[in-house]
Amino acid sequence: MITTTTEPLALAPATPSGRAWRRFRANRIGVAALVLVILLALVALVFFVLDRLGIPFPMDPDMTNLERKLLPPNSINWLGTDNLGRDVLSRLLNGAYISLTVGFIAVFVSLSIGVTVGAIAGYFGKWVDNLIMRVVDAIMCFPTFFLILTAVALLGPSIINIIVVIGLVSWTGTARLVRAEFLTLREAPYVQAARALGQRGPKIIFRHLLPNAAAPILVTAVLGVPEAILAEAGLSFLGFGVQPPQATWGNIIADGKTYILDAWWLILFPGLAILVAALSFYLTGDALRQAVETRSERQ
Amino acid sequence: MNNEPILQVRDLRVDFVLEDRTIEAVRSASFNVDEGETVAIVGESGSGKSVTALALTRLLPVPPAQLKGGEILFRGENVMAMDSARLRRLRGGQIAYIFQEPSTSLNPVFTVRSQIAEAIRLHRPEVTKVDDEVVRWLDAVGIYDAAKRMNDYPHQLSGGMQQRVMIAMALACQPDVLVADEPTTALDVTIQAQIMDLLGSLKDKFGMAVILITHNFGIVSGFAARVLVMYRGRIVEQGPTAEVLRHPQHAYTRALIDCIPRLGSRERRLRTIDHAAIGDV
Amino acid sequence: MAVFLIRRLLVSCVLLFFISVISFFIITLTPGSPYPWGELNPKISEEVKRVFREKFHLDRPLPEQYALIMRDLFTGRLRSIKDERPVLEKIAERLPATLALNLGALALSLSFGLMLGIYGARHAGRPPDMITSVLAFVFIALPGFWVSYLVAIGLVQAAVPILGTHTIGVTFSNGAEVFLDRWWHVMMPASILAIGGIAVQSRFIRASMIETLREDYIRTARAKGLDENTVFYHHALRNSIRPLITGIGMLLPALIGGAVIIENIFAYPGMGRLGYEAVLERDYPTLVALNFVTAALVLLGNLLADLLYAVVDPRVRLE
Repeated sequence: MITTTTEPLALAPATPSGRAWRRFRANRIGVAALVLVILLALVALVFFVLDRLGIPFPMDPDMTNLERKLLPPNSINWLGTDNLGRDVLSRLLNGAYISLTVGFIAVFVSLSIGVTVGAIAGYFGKWVDNLIMRVVDAIMCFPTFFLILTAVALLGPSIINIIVVIGLVSWTGTARLVRAEFLTLREAPYVQAARALGQRGPKIIFRHLLPNAAAPILVTAVLGVPEAILAEAGLSFLGFGVQPPQATWGNIIADGKTYILDAWWLILFPGLAILVAALSFYLTGDALRQAVETRSERQ
Repeated sequence: MNNEPILQVRDLRVDFVLEDRTIEAVRSASFNVDEGETVAIVGESGSGKSVTALALTRLLPVPPAQLKGGEILFRGENVMAMDSARLRRLRGGQIAYIFQEPSTSLNPVFTVRSQIAEAIRLHRPEVTKVDDEVVRWLDAVGIYDAAKRMNDYPHQLSGGMQQRVMIAMALACQPDVLVADEPTTALDVTIQAQIMDLLGSLKDKFGMAVILITHNFGIVSGFAARVLVMYRGRIVEQGPTAEVLRHPQHAYTRALIDCIPRLGSRERRLRTIDHAAIGDV
Repeated sequence: MAVFLIRRLLVSCVLLFFISVISFFIITLTPGSPYPWGELNPKISEEVKRVFREKFHLDRPLPEQYALIMRDLFTGRLRSIKDERPVLEKIAERLPATLALNLGALALSLSFGLMLGIYGARHAGRPPDMITSVLAFVFIALPGFWVSYLVAIGLVQAAVPILGTHTIGVTFSNGAEVFLDRWWHVMMPASILAIGGIAVQSRFIRASMIETLREDYIRTARAKGLDENTVFYHHALRNSIRPLITGIGMLLPALIGGAVIIENIFAYPGMGRLGYEAVLERDYPTLVALNFVTAALVLLGNLLADLLYAVVDPRVRLE
């Protein structure tokens, strides 16, 4: 029935990922957000390396200078100084890598657990599924941040603890998603064909089910990073995040708590940094979600 | 009765514009339907028959569909030029539809009564006792214990009953044309026969024109006076049903009729249509 | 309907059990000293430690510990390390304030989220929708404590009271002012708490409406000749409100968790604040109880949500 008399607008990419990428590229907001994400990652990397190499740029983030404390943005300190005279901009740039590292690795942990649990539940079904999902339901009843706070406070606030705890608390969403995908995909004709050919459980899971569930998993991953960033910021704000003198966006604000009425720059700039970072991940994730949705789910 | 056909379609063209290509769903369709006439549009999936049917009242979602050209005249009025108010009166009130999947074509959260009553109140505001009218029409389509059934929700009814409800809802507005898009395809064979019988008796009783869309030549004879055969977006043959069945002119029509399995035939394989042999139209 | 209810209740009991086990394990399995004082603190004698261990059953095997702690919790015998008061009592006195704050935030999230979502769906793909979409993500990305601080600064500059549940001295005034004062002290932090919730809800509602609009019965509605507004607000909307109910289950844990910081900033005497103080003081009994109670509250909310599903969708009701 299909007769095209007009030239196709462009040669349609053959693979689903090709098509998805094309759709993503057409979404200008998504592309802008992705650019921002990449920029952030680069900034974090660069300043992490500079810090390890001992090169202070623009200024040493840990250098206190009590004569220059609590100064508003000026020509030397573009974003002002904190209560110990440290340059806010330098601390901001230096703290970027904490937020992003926590974000990425926590998501990795959460994804590993979530995908495993979801795959098992979705593939085996029946009572295995039932039991696992009840446990997941129970975990999801816990107020997440409070749980994270409790655990980190009891374990001690180190960056590893924070990452692991956030990961351990956030995997439930991914598990549910993967399970749902597997339950649907399991019934697909090509899976039954694979079984008929004699392929067994793990092979079916890895070769057929996972790749097809990969797209939504990727979207969840991207959307999970800003949640982790916000959780880490919240922890640092309460004093349970990475400890001073290491700067993180949350603890700059925490330090500024006492001076809110006088030093608005201590609150505004780190907050903006958190906002921009989280927002760019969210927008990228949403654009990604729109790009990979199959025709039947299209919005 | 007027001699003018109630529906005139001239050179209808409909495209579907997708993200990477454009599909010509209907390439040129021209036909007439007279008052009270029963016409069948037959073709395989993708031939453009459903698109044609939906185009009659501009029900196609405009993007991605695009009415590229042609004319649709209802009682001489140009449908393409109608404003939205006139179009809404046309839909349901003068040209009504029943669709293929009755289970998903009715709103699951409203009762049968409320959905039919809604249509009646819209197109026949003079009716005062709407509930009585609903019962009357449910009876007319053969629903037993209509007064009780009308308070049911769609999912509480069987497929056949759901389709009867759709028919009742369509006819309660007393339209001049009923478009039935594959009305029995989703139903059991026995129910199919019942629904076709019902449609037959209703059209005899109320005299509306019926456009039956189907891929099944089997239900066409005995029901439709004329048949249009569509293939790849064009009408390749049209004429009185008996004529077309006995002396098909076009290669595709011949192939389509040949596909109908015959009782008593000795063939061991079902016949299919060799599209390559038919070529482009 | 009755069968449906009973089934849900049974499942909820199982979940409650799991919740209690998890609450227990969080506290006991975290490494580190169980004593709120430093392990090597010379001022604490062995005797004191022994009494402590006995009070909290720390020398029994784990399953027994669990059973005993749970028994103590439910009978009110579990006492806070900080002030020896029964934990349940401390939680109970914070409950009204917590409920006010969180239910207020929930109501705001659901109502404004619904409106924003409908608006986005109505204009899907066009500029108004794209703007509201980006706005929604900005709201989700806003750190709660940051917004709270900015708002707090602003309000303090304007000499508007922000802390606690009421302004000191308002009790001397008349009923209306007291009411309004209390209302302000709840709704202001609740609004900040709800910012993320509104945005998340609006995304779900929007998605749900767009999906519903592709259903066959919408085509039928249009074929009947109904105008677009009726199709949208009558036929489509009624089928798209499921996310509102799912939202209850999803938002409650997030809200209660987020309240920890907000209550801290506005000195609001809710369970979040209690939890934060308990964390600072390593008040394990309180922490176990709080985690358990909050999760149980969420479970209750989920149960109510399930009931609402039945009300909204006749297909569920009649199973």
